Amino acid sequence: MYTTELSKSNNVASTEDPGKLAAFEARVAADEFIEPKDWMPEAYRRTLTRQISQHAHSEIVGMLPEGNWIGRAPSLRRKAILLAKVQDEAGHGLYLYSAAETLGTSREAMIEALHSGKAKYSTIFNYPTLTWADIGAIGWLVDGAAIMNQVPLQRTSYGPYARAMVRVCKEESFHQRQGYEIMMVLSAGTAGQKRMAQDALNRWWWPSLMMFGPADADSPNTAQSMRWRIKRDTNDELRQKFVDITVPQADALGLTVPDAALTWNEAKDGYDYGDIDWEEFYAVVRGEGPVAKERLKARRDAWQDGAWVREAAAAYAQKHARKQEAA
Amino acid sequence: MNDWPLWEVFVRSKGGLSHRHVGSVHAPDAEIALRHARDTYTRRMEGVSLWVVPSAQITASDPSDDAAMFDPAADKVYRHPTFYNIPDGVTHI
Repeated sequence: MYTTELSKSNNVASTEDPGKLAAFEARVAADEFIEPKDWMPEAYRRTLTRQISQHAHSEIVGMLPEGNWIGRAPSLRRKAILLAKVQDEAGHGLYLYSAAETLGTSREAMIEALHSGKAKYSTIFNYPTLTWADIGAIGWLVDGAAIMNQVPLQRTSYGPYARAMVRVCKEESFHQRQGYEIMMVLSAGTAGQKRMAQDALNRWWWPSLMMFGPADADSPNTAQSMRWRIKRDTNDELRQKFVDITVPQADALGLTVPDAALTWNEAKDGYDYGDIDWEEFYAVVRGEGPVAKERLKARRDAWQDGAWVREAAAAYAQKHARKQEAA
Repeated sequence: MNDWPLWEVFVRSKGGLSHRHVGSVHAPDAEIALRHARDTYTRRMEGVSLWVVPSAQITASDPSDDAAMFDPAADKVYRHPTFYNIPDGVTHI
């Protein structure tokens, strides 16, 4: 799904070899791709490891708010679709963990960082999914925001990350469309169903805007990340693009975006929108989201409940390896 | 528990094409690596055949040797057909 770069400091150590650093910067500036065994500054490696692993964690945790609706999907068709989507999110997490591992951090260490609560993941998944319409809103808005962020990352400077993003983007478009279709059906349904759709939009709109991360003025690392092509657009640029694309989609549903300040600005050829509650955003980043604890617990439980499968597979592999040695 | 070994995954997208590297999976043995590769990389008819290779078995060239490895090819343009000027009237060559 999506990650926000949530790091604090990012000083490029002056201990880097200036010649190598200059050559690296020139390659990146020329839009060349950096591959795992290439020389790279430590700060680049560190920032990317954090960004890609946060992104991977977001995909994995992102399965939880939707997974708990698989058993309650309103039809077999919806259930099959939701299963496929959740399976995709698992796949996206795996592509991204693999990409992050090429930078020298083990899968085990990343998973441990997630389970211990040390690692961050997208704030959006710490909001609850209360009704079926939330599954529609997530596909439409959350995956929509994710696509907005991920499309430019297909050209990010680190080869394995860019290639993972190409696969993810190919698959993500179905996620957004199935969500919008859920919203279409509900919006055209009974008064109660339409209210449910509006309620979901009301609750997911602002958290979706927050997915793009802090305002540019409060994102001190953006300049560095953009120079390194780890990031291709600023948070506010992407947020604006998302608003401009999404408001007409809400209109088409006959739903109202919950922002009294939302107005079309002819001069900038885009919408002006109201102030984002950054207090809420930072609280969720700190782990105070409405269901943050439940999410991590569900994740840890799933890992522990699967332990016997991993142990059995490892024992089986060992037994066969011994047999082959003996033969 | 330590990570299972890493396997590189190659997919033949259709008959007539060669297998192409698509990513990697962790698995305790080759059989499970194949299963994981199938679930991870071919959910949408991306392939008709899969290879998995233990990552540790791959020997890669070192990027710091790139110049020695690949630059010598740069000054041998005579290996390309366009190096040779053939008069317009001469055909089928």
